[in-house]
Amino acid sequence: MTLQVQLEKQLGEITINIDINLQETGITALFGRSGAGKTSIINLIAGLQKPDAGKIVIGNRVVFDAIRKINLPPEKRQIGYVFQGSRLFPHYTVNGNLNYGRRYKDPHQLQTITELLGIKHLLHRYPAALSGGEQQRVAIGRALLSNPAMLLMDEPLASLDEPRKKELLPYIEQLVKEINIPIIYVSHSLDELLRLADQMVLIDQGRIIRHGAVADIWNSEAMLPWQPEQDISVILEACIGEHSRRYSMSCLDLGDSLSLWTPFIDAPISSRVRMRIHARDISLVRTPPEQSSIRNVIPVSVIDITATDNTSACLITLRAGQHILKSSITRWAAEELSIQLGEQLFAQIKGGSISRNDQVANLKNS
Amino acid sequence: MLSEYEVSALLLSLKVSGSAVLFSLPLAILVAWVLARYHFPGKALLDSLIHLPLVLPPVVIGYLLLISMGRQGAIGSRLYEWFGVSFSFSWQGAALAAAIVAFPLMVRAIRLSLQTVDIKLEQAARTLGASPLKVFFTITLPLTVPGLLAGTILAFARSLGEFGATITFVSNIPGETRTLPLAMFSFIETPGAEAQAARLCLISIVVALVALLISEWLTRMAHKRLAL
Repeated sequence: MTLQVQLEKQLGEITINIDINLQETGITALFGRSGAGKTSIINLIAGLQKPDAGKIVIGNRVVFDAIRKINLPPEKRQIGYVFQGSRLFPHYTVNGNLNYGRRYKDPHQLQTITELLGIKHLLHRYPAALSGGEQQRVAIGRALLSNPAMLLMDEPLASLDEPRKKELLPYIEQLVKEINIPIIYVSHSLDELLRLADQMVLIDQGRIIRHGAVADIWNSEAMLPWQPEQDISVILEACIGEHSRRYSMSCLDLGDSLSLWTPFIDAPISSRVRMRIHARDISLVRTPPEQSSIRNVIPVSVIDITATDNTSACLITLRAGQHILKSSITRWAAEELSIQLGEQLFAQIKGGSISRNDQVANLKNS
Repeated sequence: MLSEYEVSALLLSLKVSGSAVLFSLPLAILVAWVLARYHFPGKALLDSLIHLPLVLPPVVIGYLLLISMGRQGAIGSRLYEWFGVSFSFSWQGAALAAAIVAFPLMVRAIRLSLQTVDIKLEQAARTLGASPLKVFFTITLPLTVPGLLAGTILAFARSLGEFGATITFVSNIPGETRTLPLAMFSFIETPGAEAQAARLCLISIVVALVALLISEWLTRMAHKRLAL
């Protein structure tokens, strides 16, 4: 399943101009600030807006081609769309909404999806009687039951308050593992990026800045504008090497005989996990300490030093085997240690500092 | 309780108003849709033309109908020639006059209702595989039901009261075009028939009141059904 999108569209101040090939199933996040043109891009893909030029091919179906004058209407594109507000039909029950776009009346499928989304007990209610999170779950179910070849999701959590977001996120995580169609997920939330996306496309001013694996882009300088200075982090992806039931810890195998102990992760050995490690939780030493409370002391080399004059902080980018780490230390400490580029140091990572919110277990093997 | 004469006028009134509303409803929905959703040159003119019967003296409308739709009229003569249909001096003519006079009220109510339907819902339906026609009948129209009801009842009430255009176009023929208002007019013109006029007045009030109550009830049901 491939998606080829090459588009141009003038929209007021900004010009959408993108050219991208997505090979992957799983979630591709369209990431960027508000007004960068993310929603417009998926509206163009869905056929709700017409591009000025370009071509859209889903699998082997051409749904838009400006030169050949092909422009399939939205209902012929087989693209599911979960909107920012749920857009449920107020005059249909939940059941009616779910059935609105169903092509194949397969009762098994209805069963599976309503169970997966936890909306089985709501079937006879009207949308007005549902909470925001429930409405959004029904909307997701409705889109999936139309048997789309791909799914577009436009910030499905954005209109919800924090508790509702926390409630809906696990459903989406679960869903992604169960369904086998490509999903394009528009977001400007780092949390959603961390928990859901496999690939990401960084959008600014209607253009693609970067496209690649989430960890690669997250750890690059391109993402720095999105991370608050006090909370810069890296994403680390690795497999679980062993569990210590006794201390309720898990050990990640970072390769090159490096390992990292974290609080217990409830996943089988050798399953792939992703975690966010905050730069403020990594400190640097020249020689490995003896008898320290810190479990993780990893040999690293310094590959970048960024100090800003008017703040006290200094950001050191490090390489540990194939992985990137970032450490935030004071400029004072950096000067006293006189850290140099290329230098070998030891990074200390407090094992307990990685919270559950920073861990994502059971990634698809990529 | 009611005299034969009164029953005949009442039934005729209901028949004329009922057909006027029934036949103009599809056209009213179409016109309201066009006015609510599209921008095109001449839209203001179309809008004004449709509203014209609201402000023109009914006798002018009756006169225009007479010269266009009458047996000798420009359109009426052709209709008669080709289809054998004639509006002049028949209850169908009365229904036509009532329909034209009530049309702006109907269009206005439906249009307002259409404008409140969220286009985003229609887009969502399209992404779920629904053709524009399916979207119209399953999303747009059901969500317009309160407006449709309001427009229909309003037009029905206006048709019941139609007098000027009717008497000008199809005259005042007992059993054919003598609706309640025309019958009442006849009694008022007749010396010593004040009592009969008063009875018709009462019947008119009751019919109008019942129509309004039904409309109120239907609208309430529709709102409940739509969970608005």
